[in-house]
Amino acid sequence: MRVLMFGWEFPPHISGGLGTACYGLVKGLTHHNQDIIFVVPKLWGDEEPMADFVNASDVSIDYREKKFKSIWKNLTYLEVSSFLVPYLGPEEYKKFTDYAIHDRTDVDESIFSTKYEFSGKYGKNLMEEVSRYALTGAQIARDRSDFEIIHAHDWLSFPAGIAAKEISGKPLVAHVHATEFDRSGETVNQVVYDIERAGMHAADHVVAVSQLTRNTIIKKYGVPANKVSVLHNAVLDASIIQSNFQKKVPEKIVTFLGRITFQKGPEYFVEAAKKVIDRDPNVRFVMAGSGDLLNRMIDRVAELRIATKFNFTGFLKGKDVDHMYAISDVYVMPSVSEPFGISPLEAVRHNTPVIISKQSGVAEVLTNAIKIDFWDIDAMADAIFALLHYNGISRMFKELGSEELKKLKWEHVAAKLVTVYEKTLSQKS
Amino acid sequence: MRTICFYFQVHQPFRLKPYRFFDIGEDHHYWDDFSNRSIMRKVAQKCYLPMNALLLDLIHKYNGGFKVSFSISGTFMDQMQAYAPDVLESFQKLVATGHVELLNETFSHSLASLKSKDEFKNLVYQHQSKIKELFNGYTPKVFRNTELIYSDQIGAMVAELGYDGMLTEGAKHILGWKSPNYVYVNSIEPKLKVLLKNFRLSDDIAFRFGNKAWDDFPLTTDKFVNWINAIPKEEETLNLFMDYETFGEHQWAETGIFEFMRSLPDAVFSKTDFGFSTPSEVISKIPPVGKIHVPIPISWADEERDLTAWLGNDLQDEAFDRLYDLEKLVNTIDDDEIKRDWKYLQTSDHFYYMCTKFFSDGDIHSYFSPYDSPYDAFINYMNVLSDFMIRLKEKSSLVSV
Repeated sequence: MRVLMFGWEFPPHISGGLGTACYGLVKGLTHHNQDIIFVVPKLWGDEEPMADFVNASDVSIDYREKKFKSIWKNLTYLEVSSFLVPYLGPEEYKKFTDYAIHDRTDVDESIFSTKYEFSGKYGKNLMEEVSRYALTGAQIARDRSDFEIIHAHDWLSFPAGIAAKEISGKPLVAHVHATEFDRSGETVNQVVYDIERAGMHAADHVVAVSQLTRNTIIKKYGVPANKVSVLHNAVLDASIIQSNFQKKVPEKIVTFLGRITFQKGPEYFVEAAKKVIDRDPNVRFVMAGSGDLLNRMIDRVAELRIATKFNFTGFLKGKDVDHMYAISDVYVMPSVSEPFGISPLEAVRHNTPVIISKQSGVAEVLTNAIKIDFWDIDAMADAIFALLHYNGISRMFKELGSEELKKLKWEHVAAKLVTVYEKTLSQKS
Repeated sequence: MRTICFYFQVHQPFRLKPYRFFDIGEDHHYWDDFSNRSIMRKVAQKCYLPMNALLLDLIHKYNGGFKVSFSISGTFMDQMQAYAPDVLESFQKLVATGHVELLNETFSHSLASLKSKDEFKNLVYQHQSKIKELFNGYTPKVFRNTELIYSDQIGAMVAELGYDGMLTEGAKHILGWKSPNYVYVNSIEPKLKVLLKNFRLSDDIAFRFGNKAWDDFPLTTDKFVNWINAIPKEEETLNLFMDYETFGEHQWAETGIFEFMRSLPDAVFSKTDFGFSTPSEVISKIPPVGKIHVPIPISWADEERDLTAWLGNDLQDEAFDRLYDLEKLVNTIDDDEIKRDWKYLQTSDHFYYMCTKFFSDGDIHSYFSPYDSPYDAFINYMNVLSDFMIRLKEKSSLVSV
């Protein structure tokens, strides 16, 4: 089967989990001999040649095509003068917009030129790029008739998917990796929500990364339940990582690693830390990462008088991330809302037992982990204490967790996806 | 005799290097040698060397009629020995004239007076012996606490250590209708004389001198001398206390601050009935007028003249309390590096960097801080403290074995 797939980023040039998931999925699909035309706003040239890549920045748009005009009409609602950036908290967002307002050059000229240079980032002209990407999607769908189905990843590429469907009449699969409710809680950005909703409703079938996300799609976006399937994410490499990196502190280490934002529930980690430290002097908590709640967390740690047992590392990258996993005795992901959440699987690869919130998609696939409600700091403290002191559980988690990891293969995900494609095509015809 | 009493604070902290979580347990060197050295060298060129030369000239010119006093922190003396022997030499020359008084403080410019009497004494003695060592056996008689922090209790503690006098801020809220231009005594131990900073005239030089938005800009010696003459006749001492870095560093040479100081003695001698004295001379010559009551500690910092620049927010209190939790343990360990780090970690500047009073005095604070935010300062300090605690535990387990 030949699939026209719209993404927003692709390794090695990624800024979030979306690119990694697309990579795994494409890899899995090629394993099942599927042909992928993968469109990204900007190609860098060093992507692994596993698909027929199309660089949206190279596509010229022919405005004589009448159908484009109606697409454009439907897109104009994207032309809001807000600089929307996903995955930023309100404070970072404010800093960003302050900067962008001074820096913005005008939009309309370039968007109607025949070619358009995408940044492919989550930059200041994001909305403009999303609109233009949709037009590019239409053009590609008109130029190429060699595909049977369209697959779009997350809201950034939904307008492109919709446009391609309108031009070609081929069925559309919308893949939801995260919703606006995960990113922003209950204070959703209406423009993003509208695009997400339009994409899900225009799609012939919707794929969610977890049961949790599927429920959100059904409840909050009003998509009929029989139209939504779950395809959990997988890991690219399930091998255990043996690190030579040695811990330098005598205490056992309990780690939070991720963006310090509302979505990730850092405050519950801090409160649980206080409870554990009160009972056990031989433990050190680490909060690795940065985000708009960082300073509030530092204040709270100082207020709780636990700062000599609770360290902050700031943003970690590269080797430091591996080192952090390697020296951790327990890894905690207390996310308030996590569509999937790949980081606990990374911890498992480092033989570190994990505690994850029930409000995460990964909890649906990882059996050998302690699962707690994100708000239940007593249960979290108990679990941390248990994993630190009762070696039986942590040893079991290490052994079984790594076995479990081996089953989470992108080939399996892709096989299920092929079934989804086939079902969707058969319903269409 | 009416007199002006100049006191200059000379201090540099040992700043911490960026100390990461991964360094804890492994890297036991905390100090940013590069920036400590380069800041010392920079300020030496802009302030210490030219100003010391200027003061030496003035002392010679007026044959002892012009005199000043310094409090030189122990961390500063350590840094002079390491990075600026030329500065040390110039201070030694000044002290050798006999017209320069040195004051005692805590070695590391610490806040120990607020927390631990034992540690406070310890640091005072260490400062005393450092002065003796570098300044030919000199023994100070007058005390000044870090940032002019003072209370009745702290004064009594200083009296107990045998000092005749102590310097502090002439804070409005403790003086009320009273004038700072008299000698007072401590309300618990009346043998301890207390000199109060005249903050208006001190800050005219230290803070406002180069400020073009100030109504009285530019400040000339004529203008300043007129203000001195406006002081009521019965008020006998004008205490001008300020950071030494005022000259050339806070107020750049371009503001004319050096020229102002060079011509000030002349103007004072020719147009006023004031002379110059050191703190010891003031307290021995001018009789005190009464007790000064300071139940709650004051300082010379910020508009509030209180302790909130160093203590009071959660970050500062946590860091401060955790540090002094270690005092007993440190005292059981005989290790030079531990003792040194313990001293340097007490320097008040570390807590100043954690101040979150952004809106009123935040500008001044951020000017003096090597960190982007008080949160960064806190994280870095606590990482270092975490490592220090691990070292203490290791060393103390060796002791007990």
